[in-house]
Amino acid sequence: MAQSQAMKVLTEPLVNNNPIALQILGICSALAVTNQVATALLMSVALTAVTACSNFSISLIRNHIPSSIRIIVQMTIIASLVIVVDQLLKAFAYDLAKSMSVFVGLIITNCIVMGRAEAFAMKEPPGLAFLDGIGNGLGYSLILLLVATIRELFGSGSLLGYQILPLASAGGWYVPLGIMLLPPSAFFIIGFLIWGLRSWKPEQNEEADYQIHQVHRTEVV
Amino acid sequence: MVGIVGFSRDGVGYVVVVALAVCLVCSVLVASAATFLKPMQTVNAKADRRSNILEVAGLPSGPDVDVNQVFKDRIEARVVDLSTGDYATDMESAEFDQRRAASDPDTSIKIPRSQDIADIKQRSKYAEVYLVNDEQGNLKTIVLPIHGYGLWSTMYGFLALKPDANTVEGIKYYEQGETPGLGAEVENPRWRAKWDGKKVYDGNGDVELSVIKGSVGKGTPNAEYKVDGLSGATLTSRGVSNTIHYWLGENGFEPFLDKIRSGKLSAEG
Repeated sequence: MAQSQAMKVLTEPLVNNNPIALQILGICSALAVTNQVATALLMSVALTAVTACSNFSISLIRNHIPSSIRIIVQMTIIASLVIVVDQLLKAFAYDLAKSMSVFVGLIITNCIVMGRAEAFAMKEPPGLAFLDGIGNGLGYSLILLLVATIRELFGSGSLLGYQILPLASAGGWYVPLGIMLLPPSAFFIIGFLIWGLRSWKPEQNEEADYQIHQVHRTEVV
Repeated sequence: MVGIVGFSRDGVGYVVVVALAVCLVCSVLVASAATFLKPMQTVNAKADRRSNILEVAGLPSGPDVDVNQVFKDRIEARVVDLSTGDYATDMESAEFDQRRAASDPDTSIKIPRSQDIADIKQRSKYAEVYLVNDEQGNLKTIVLPIHGYGLWSTMYGFLALKPDANTVEGIKYYEQGETPGLGAEVENPRWRAKWDGKKVYDGNGDVELSVIKGSVGKGTPNAEYKVDGLSGATLTSRGVSNTIHYWLGENGFEPFLDKIRSGKLSAEG
């Protein structure tokens, strides 16, 4: 495995091919678990671990998976890994696991995991696939943590639970932005992030699927 | 093309072998994770339950508190025989698990349909209650475990009463699967705060406390027996009402609370 290729697989998904910002995958959980940095951090670690391990195991048996049942095999492996992660969280980070409720289980349906398994792990050797999983997990984490930092700071005036902006309700001056605590705010933040990213790197702009055609009155009639 | 076991790679036999192998490996992985981590999860779940009891009783709880220590110092757990309302002397509180007891035919009863307003079908004959005493050793709070069906799930929680066994001190659900943002708001601290000071029994000794539809205003009659409904969660609110009516009614803790009120039990407690 060439050194440069490994680096590329690992770093490409951070900015140039970010799963959330460019591939628009995994938006659901990015809205749901980003109102606190702590939960976003835990979700990021969990998803990175699942993507890396599922990519690795799927790549390991990629030459033996019959193509007719490959999606089910991928799903089985991903689901088992997610259950193991869920069990680990319940054993070592019970309170956080409780606050994430269904969203740990929903990693199974996170499109990033499935997408990388199908698009990368089915073709590439295990080592590279593992790095690709880590890279995509980190790309997801980067966006998640950015969104969570903005939401927690402006929504509750704190970061990782430490009060940064003194709240008006506790005698300070900061009146929190209520919308930051609600999932739609993540939609706006992700939208702005994508806008910023694509202004910086115009090559990420998608080609229009079709050209808007000027219709002349005479043609219609 | 030929696969590992010599079958054709797309033949039915090969597909079945691969599917079975993947399932076998995955199930061993999941089963061993579940088995090995079980003891740690049980400890966590127990500490979480205790921390909820402390919270509903208004005692210090949360991440900076040694929950087990506070629990040991301030709380006395007693097993109550629900039919008589007496303490069950033959039951060891440390060993007692109400949910296990509810599924064991020896220690549970089937609830007749007409009485089963909380929709729980079967309940333990015994229940563990938690008594909080103040520094002078006087009873300060009674914490009762309650559970009942909401819209999607059985909701488990605690109800704390003042020593008059009639005034609500707090309510806390610690396990429920209701709709996030609607029914799951039963865990919302602001809604829980509305329960503070509400009365359970009316002058005739009937359970009157209910969650109503809409909010309790100045003009609401009998406001001390009524709590605001959760908006958008009528069925969950109704489930909470039914749970309260069942567990504080004659088939639930009423015999026990009667004895507390008449002072027949507090000396022993």
